[in-house]
Amino acid sequence: MRHSSLLLAGALAILAIPAAADTPQFDLTIKDHRFEPETLVVPAGTKIKLSISNLDPTPEEFESHELNREKIVPGGKMAIVFIGPLEAGEYRYYGEFNQDTAQGRIVAE
Amino acid sequence: MLGSSIIVFREVLEAALIVTIVLAATRGVRLRGFWVGGGLVAGILGAVLVAFSTDAISSMMEGLGQEIFNAAVLVAAVLMLAWHNIWMSAHGRELATRMKSIGLGVGAGELPMFALTSAVTLAVLREGSEVVLFLNGMAMSGESTAALIGGAALGVAGGGAVGVAMYFGLLRVPLRYFFQVTGWMILLLAAGLGASAAGFLEQAGVLPALDPMLWDSSWLLSERSLAGQLAHTLVGYQARPSGIAVFAWILTFGTILVLMKTISTGKANRAARPVDDTPVTENS
Repeated sequence: MRHSSLLLAGALAILAIPAAADTPQFDLTIKDHRFEPETLVVPAGTKIKLSISNLDPTPEEFESHELNREKIVPGGKMAIVFIGPLEAGEYRYYGEFNQDTAQGRIVAE
Repeated sequence: MLGSSIIVFREVLEAALIVTIVLAATRGVRLRGFWVGGGLVAGILGAVLVAFSTDAISSMMEGLGQEIFNAAVLVAAVLMLAWHNIWMSAHGRELATRMKSIGLGVGAGELPMFALTSAVTLAVLREGSEVVLFLNGMAMSGESTAALIGGAALGVAGGGAVGVAMYFGLLRVPLRYFFQVTGWMILLLAAGLGASAAGFLEQAGVLPALDPMLWDSSWLLSERSLAGQLAHTLVGYQARPSGIAVFAWILTFGTILVLMKTISTGKANRAARPVDDTPVTENS
């Protein structure tokens, strides 16, 4: 019985390690208070690593109700946001600090 | 100017509602204005500090510093609110009796003012830091200072007005039920904060989502609407909650409620049980 508890502990330990290595990465850029690309296509059903680079000098807040995410990206810096696994569909996001121009969508298919 | 006022309004609203609930829950406590006022000032100073430390916080913990920081602030607020409610369950009855007999004016030391004041500070710190960052960014972009100050003032006034309206609405609740109502409001507030904390930890990959979107009720009540924002702050409503957020809401709500009931029942039982005064001797 000692072997099975060791096996269980090992299995739990493996589950605890985040599978960051296999997560596909996609890049978003903020420039002149706009997101580029404004439409980003990602695979559905898998966790995604979004890398958001803010090329503007001022901070922006990446926010999405549909993705349940909010993160401030300081000026000139980069931030990582994990999203998904997503069902196929369109998910809008915006830059809270510049909503007239900073709008975009992520399309999962 | 209108755009910036709306953003400021949304952040101020969340903090204003928490201030309102705290002020209502501490009704009758002497000098509670100074306590809450102090909490507000500390929160504003903290917000400026956090805003200017955003770079450092963001780079901490391999880029997850923001999420961890937000979650920590939220959890701390949950603990403060929980402690208040549990404390009131233990002492509430004595207080109510005393308040009725000596009239309103219980000394501030009687209630866990520090806990509630801390909750106010944490709320203002969290929301305020976003306001500071936003306004600072706008100023750097060359927005006119007058427009920014005007927009911010409008937003603060609007958020404050909603808070004041809610306070006077609460005052209409009969005194008999008043503190029960504020107790429930704090409980719901805490559950909502717990759900938000779980959301940030899920965003950081520290907690599993369980389900990225358990339901979508945005057609019914959108978080972008005023009613939706009120629901979000007051009861932790989310239009598209993840599984872990719902789980955290239930866990927070249930844990605090159980602790509140257990402690007040325990005290009632001890009061009801007659004390056995029979002396114990060697031969009995």
